[in-house]
Amino acid sequence: MGRAAMHELGIATSILECVQAEAQRHPEGRITKVGVKIGELSGVDREALQFGFEVLIKDTEWEPLVLDLEYIPRMQRCCNCAHEFRMTDFDPQCPLCGELSTLCISGEELDIAYMEVEA
Amino acid sequence: MNRIAVEKKVLNENQVLAEQLRERYRQLGLLCVNLISAPGSGKTALLECTLERMDKSTRVAVLTGDLQTENDAKRLAKFGFPVKQITTGGTCHLDARMIGKHLEGWKLEDLDLLIVENVGNLVCPSSYDLGEDAKIVLLSTTEGEDKPLKYPSIFFKSELMLLTKIDLLPYVPFKADVARENARRVHPDMEIIDVSSTTGEGLDRWMKWLAARQVKARAKLQSVAT
Repeated sequence: MGRAAMHELGIATSILECVQAEAQRHPEGRITKVGVKIGELSGVDREALQFGFEVLIKDTEWEPLVLDLEYIPRMQRCCNCAHEFRMTDFDPQCPLCGELSTLCISGEELDIAYMEVEA
Repeated sequence: MNRIAVEKKVLNENQVLAEQLRERYRQLGLLCVNLISAPGSGKTALLECTLERMDKSTRVAVLTGDLQTENDAKRLAKFGFPVKQITTGGTCHLDARMIGKHLEGWKLEDLDLLIVENVGNLVCPSSYDLGEDAKIVLLSTTEGEDKPLKYPSIFFKSELMLLTKIDLLPYVPFKADVARENARRVHPDMEIIDVSSTTGEGLDRWMKWLAARQVKARAKLQSVAT
């Protein structure tokens, strides 16, 4: 704790708004879990987001609501041999063929993946 | 228990508004750029130099964001172009809704270029699409060379990096080569221009970059019209 979570609190609010919208489409059930993909390049700190989300729903009708964060690493695809690899230490070079031109194919996610509804 | 796939962007609402802005700009051939940096990297100083050098026939407008005060708008208003301050009242970034709201009252069809100066922050502005054609990140020589590695998101998403305050290079331990290399590690294709708002060095290149992008924005308009 102690880490300022202003940005993540805004993100948490947006997630809860998505949950609220989805809840209206499922009036018969109750949403107990929301899964969110957080890409390496999304600029979102997962701990701060988890904390912000807990603060946000505390003592509200949404409790208990689990926020399930899935970390998506930055993956590159080689423009020469199409090899897909996890980019580490910001090194874009293809480990197979040595090509320097590679494209980012994942890691920018800040997406709602799923929700769990209990009847 | 029933699991439903949602597959929606967390910031979907912002994204929708941003795409609407982008479409409006595209239909008008208007170029919008979003300037992002840490506080004190020289966004407002760069804008002063930019407006000062801007051909008076260019129809440019500026939206400048800060947590508080109208100071920046006052600094920028003296060049005779329309400027509006967005005070976020504590929010650490601008979002598409704020942009849309502050564009009210301006005739966008009378503009060629819209420059948005984001709130000084390298983290949050990277997540919020404002409908811009390009994000531009500023890194100054009084910061650390490793900023691109510490805040990769914004360097990855920016098309251009302006290395500012280069007139201070003889006096600070900042290694420009290392900073450029770090930026290219995060974003290999990113363009980098060295500038000084104090001496004017590099500003011609920056103005040419802006002019070239305006031509591109207008060309997109014509290709749609034909």
